Amino acid sequence: MTTAPELSPAPARGAAMWQRTRQMFFAGPVTTTATVVLIAIIVMAIAAPLLAPHDPIRLNPAMRLKPPSDEYLLGTDAFGRDLLSRIIYGARISLAVGVGAAILSVALGLVIGLVSGFFRGLDAVLMRIVDGLMAIPSILLAIAIVSLSGASLQTVLIAIVIPEVPRVVRLVRSVVLSAREEPYVEAAISVGTPTWKILTRHLLPNTIPPLIVQGTYICAAAILTEAILSFLGAGINPETPTWGNIMAEGRVYFIINPGIILWPGLVLSLAILSVNLVGDTVRDALDPRLAKRGIDR
Amino acid sequence: MLSYIVRRVLAAIPVMIFVALFVFLLLRLSPGDPAAIIAGDTATPEQLEQIRERLGLNDPIYIQFADWGWRLLQGDFGESILSGTPVAGMIADRMEPTISLALTTIILSIVIAVPLGVLAAWKHGTIIDRVVMAISVLGFSVPVFVIAYVMIQVFAINLKWLPVQGFTSIFDDPGRFAERIAMPTLTLTMLYIALIARITRTSMLETLGEDFVRTARAKGLAERRVLMKHALRNSAVPIVTVIGIGFALIISGVVVTESVFNLPGLGRLTVDAVLARDYPVIQAVILLASMLYVGINLLIDIAYVILDPRIRYA
Repeated sequence: MTTAPELSPAPARGAAMWQRTRQMFFAGPVTTTATVVLIAIIVMAIAAPLLAPHDPIRLNPAMRLKPPSDEYLLGTDAFGRDLLSRIIYGARISLAVGVGAAILSVALGLVIGLVSGFFRGLDAVLMRIVDGLMAIPSILLAIAIVSLSGASLQTVLIAIVIPEVPRVVRLVRSVVLSAREEPYVEAAISVGTPTWKILTRHLLPNTIPPLIVQGTYICAAAILTEAILSFLGAGINPETPTWGNIMAEGRVYFIINPGIILWPGLVLSLAILSVNLVGDTVRDALDPRLAKRGIDR
Repeated sequence: MLSYIVRRVLAAIPVMIFVALFVFLLLRLSPGDPAAIIAGDTATPEQLEQIRERLGLNDPIYIQFADWGWRLLQGDFGESILSGTPVAGMIADRMEPTISLALTTIILSIVIAVPLGVLAAWKHGTIIDRVVMAISVLGFSVPVFVIAYVMIQVFAINLKWLPVQGFTSIFDDPGRFAERIAMPTLTLTMLYIALIARITRTSMLETLGEDFVRTARAKGLAERRVLMKHALRNSAVPIVTVIGIGFALIISGVVVTESVFNLPGLGRLTVDAVLARDYPVIQAVILLASMLYVGINLLIDIAYVILDPRIRYA
């Protein structure tokens, strides 16, 4: 007689999910580091007023371009503002732009893509528009939009979202096109299920996993684009501490204090890197085949 | 094959018309009167009316677009608001540094990235593979201008090997040209290497698992020949595609790199035009860049048929 294999008691649903999440984001040293860095940057953004040792905006002409000291850990910029505090506050804009652009692009792209994939008549027109938009290099398009409508957080966000939407549309459309050939969709159509219900109940769920992955990559790309726009002087108001703005101001003083460019540059690179790596992790966890289907950075 | 090429060329036309329409509407639909934007803050109402008349802003919008498009086809991109000189001439003057930078970058990237990708796929799962992948992820995540300033710090300030900025034509002095184009090229190459090495690796990995590669090895071909002739040639299509798509990266990279290294090219022209709100110049640069992008990808589509005889477009 054999004893039944001992079963460990099933953990509660919440605990199981937590364990799965933990296994996903803390698997291996690289992923763990990326997750930790990302969490640190999120904390930095949320708790900026608590963490920053100085006011990031107040000018202090007496303390211009000071080297790092106990008072100013990374030194000061050309206006005597504490570099460290500005970098900490910069996380707010970068993350807001990254998350905002990801959500907006995915939402818009999802709606247009579903419509385009399902209604063949509209598809031809929409796809020509998408092709046209994708032909315009996104940085140039973003620069043009910001320069025409004036620099503000909203404009920068719009300027980043417009070039991203066509890519999401393409992705959603391709998922819808293959899903609508599936028997369960054909069955739903044949029994007269209303179109909106087919779209939301049967087609929409297929698009969620690739969109989550695409969303993280858009987030990373948006953080990068915002920094480039600010760096070129076509971004958010130069007084606002963003990583790109800090670096733009540091250009003239690079020889005197390279830290004004290199420190925000380092933090910016780490932020983009960690978002990208976390995106890879989510992609592999959701569906390893996504990597092969062109859902990639 | 000829009919395929003709069809592809024809398909590019609506895309270009849309781009033109979009660029046109961008200025017309932006908040504010285009005449007021062009005239600046100090213009009198008479001056505004004069500008409106001259630009045909009182005509219906479709006539304006048709006029503008017709002039574009004749190579007339309008005049710069700032200097009053024809935009086409300004662009022609700025071509050389940009073309030099783009070409050196593309050549250097391919020369470095393709062997790296092949090596990574061949030594799949080893430390070499991991290092190549790490370089590729870094290249994607570190912004071009950050790489640029790290280069300046290392090569220009610490080692004093290279000048920080400026441009000399290759026709005037090849030595100085090389000296000055080196850092911008290296900077931009990092980005492009990441893209190409990654896709080369993926594509090679797939091909190396194919039967014909096993056959080639089984019949005792030298490994070098298996890799280069059998595997790489059959992995070429995705690699070439990515080189074309990555051209958009080069365009955005050029804008940033030229601005950091003070190269008097098209990227610099764009940034200056944006800061000065010189709209005709912005419009022209966007149009040209998009045309170039569409054109290059069109050429690549056509190149497929030559590269890969299995692809036949009926």
